[in-house]
Amino acid sequence: MSDALLNLTAAAAAAAIRAGELDPAELFELYRERAAADSLNAFSWLCDGAPDAGFDRSTPLAGVPLGVKDLFCTAGIPTQSGSRILEGYRPPYTATVVERLYAAGATLLGKTHQDEFAMGSSNENCAFGPVLNPWDRTRVPGGSSGGSAAAVAAGLVPWALGTDTGGSIRQPASFCGIVGLKPTYGSCSRYGMIAFASSLDQAGPLTRDVSDSALLFSHMVGQDANDSTSLAFPEPVRMPARRELSGVRLGVPEELLSADSGIDQGVRESFEQTLSLARGLGAVVSPCRLPHAPHALSAYYIVAPAEASANLARFDGVRYGLRVPGNGDLESMYSATRAAGFGPEVKRRIMLGTYALSSGYYDAYYGTALRVRTRIAQDFQRAFEQFDFIVTPTAPGTAFELGAKSSDPLAMYLNDFCTVPMSLAGIPAISIPAGLSEGLPVGFQLAGPAFSENRLLDAAFALEQAIGFDGSPARAGGRA
Amino acid sequence: MVAMLERETVDHVARLARLALSDAETDVMAVELSKILDHIEAIRTLDLDGVEPTSHVIDVVNALRADVPHHSLPRELALASAPDPVDGGFGVPSPGASAQ
Repeated sequence: MSDALLNLTAAAAAAAIRAGELDPAELFELYRERAAADSLNAFSWLCDGAPDAGFDRSTPLAGVPLGVKDLFCTAGIPTQSGSRILEGYRPPYTATVVERLYAAGATLLGKTHQDEFAMGSSNENCAFGPVLNPWDRTRVPGGSSGGSAAAVAAGLVPWALGTDTGGSIRQPASFCGIVGLKPTYGSCSRYGMIAFASSLDQAGPLTRDVSDSALLFSHMVGQDANDSTSLAFPEPVRMPARRELSGVRLGVPEELLSADSGIDQGVRESFEQTLSLARGLGAVVSPCRLPHAPHALSAYYIVAPAEASANLARFDGVRYGLRVPGNGDLESMYSATRAAGFGPEVKRRIMLGTYALSSGYYDAYYGTALRVRTRIAQDFQRAFEQFDFIVTPTAPGTAFELGAKSSDPLAMYLNDFCTVPMSLAGIPAISIPAGLSEGLPVGFQLAGPAFSENRLLDAAFALEQAIGFDGSPARAGGRA
Repeated sequence: MVAMLERETVDHVARLARLALSDAETDVMAVELSKILDHIEAIRTLDLDGVEPTSHVIDVVNALRADVPHHSLPRELALASAPDPVDGGFGVPSPGASAQ
C-alpha cells in the first residue's frame, strides 16, 4: 500500500488528495520516514514533522511534499548553498518561487544538497559531502542540483526545485533518469535564490514525469517586484496532452554532435533511437547549424565566473555567515574569512572571473564573451525560423564515477557542452529520460524559443509516452 | 597557447578578490587557470567586428516599481545572523588595525 502511494506522481497524488481519496498527512509522513532514512546524502535539512498549519486539501498542490535546493532562502530554515561560509545560516525571508509554491499548497519536506554556490557538475563540490546516484552509488548524481535529482529519482520526495545556470537542472536530471526543465530566463523570480551568475540563473522543476514538470512550473512563474529582471509569463501554463508530433520540425545541430564533441557512443545510440521514435510520431528531423555553439562553453566560463566574482563579494564575514579574524584589520578579516569559507572550485571561479574583469583583460575576455553570446543567441533565432525545437543529448555521457573528474576542472566543465548554449541564449530547454546505456540513464534535450514552454512540454510529453521509460524508484534501486 | 600565468599575477588577482591563498594554492591556481584560459582562448580568434555585446538576453527596459513606502526587515532580524552585532549595526575590525 505505501509503495503504491509513493509511486504516485505529484500530480496524481494532489488529485487523489483533492478528491478525498488520500490523506495528505499520511502521504507526507510516508515520505518523511523515507527521506529520514536517506543514505544518498540527498538532504541537507529535513523537517521533523507535518507543518503546524496542517494541509489545505482545496489548494492546487494539496499539501504534496516538496524538496527545495539548498540555495533557495527559506525563512528560519538552514540555507547553506553547499558552503562552509554559510554553515548554519538561517535567512530572514523566503524566496519568491518557494512562497508561490507554499501558496499553491506545497509542503516543504526538506532542503537538498548541491555543489557549493551551484558551481559544479557532479555534486562533489558540496562542502557537506557528495550526493550519491541512486542508480549506482559509486557514481555522481550530476550537478549542481544533484541532491534534488537524486531525491526525486530515489522516490524520497515526489518532486523538487532546482536551479540551472549552465545545465544544473538538466544534467543531473539526465544522470538520474528524471525530467528537468530550465525555463526561459526571467519567467521565474530569482528573489531569494543565492546568486551564482545573475544573467543566467533560473529556477526550475525536477520531476518524475513531464506532467509534474508542467504542474510545478505553472505555480512558479510570474513577475515579481523584488526581481526587476522577471517577466509576466505570456500565457497560462497548460498541462501537456499531445500524443503525436505531426509536422513538428526538430533540428539536430551538427556542431554539437560532431565527432570531436566528446559524446559517448551509448549516448549517441540512445539519441538516434529517440529521433527514430520522434519520426514515428510524425516529426520531421533534419540537421541544423548553430555555428557558434561550440564556443558557448568558453563564453560561459568567462561570463558565469565574472558574474560570480561580483555576486560572491557579499560573503565577507560582516552581515552573516562565517567570520575569521585574520590579522585583526578589516581587509585581512575579509581575505581570511573567504579563504576558510570557500571550497576549491568556488575559489577557482572567483579567481577566473576576477582575472577576466581586471584592468587590461576586461575587453579581451569579458567583452569578447559577451559578443560571442550575441552570436549564439542569433544562431538560435535563425534556427527557430526553420525549426520548432533544437534537440541534442543532454550530457555527453552518463553518470561518471565519484572522483573520476574532480581533479580536472576542464574535463568537468565539458559536461556542460550541450546545455550552456541555451543558457547563454536565455531560452527554455527540458531534459527527459530517453533510456539506459549500460544500466545508466541517458537524457534527451529539447530546446525552444523564449516562452515556448507550453509547446516544449507538449512535445516532451509526446516523446515521453513513446519512450515509456521506467524510472520508478524501485527500478532505480532507490530504496533508502 | 596562453603563457603560463605568473605567480605575481595570481597574487594580484587574489588580492583583488580578497582571497588569502597559501603558496601551494597559488601554485595550483596558476596551473589550473592557465589551462582553462588556454581552452577559452579560441573565442578570441573569432571575427566579432561590429557585434554588439549581450549582457542580458531578455528585453527588459526600466523595470520600475511604484514609489510607495513599505516596511524593511526589522533591525533585530537583519542582525540575527551577524557575526558581530554592535549597537544595532554590523561590527567590523578597524581598517587600520593591522598597522598597530
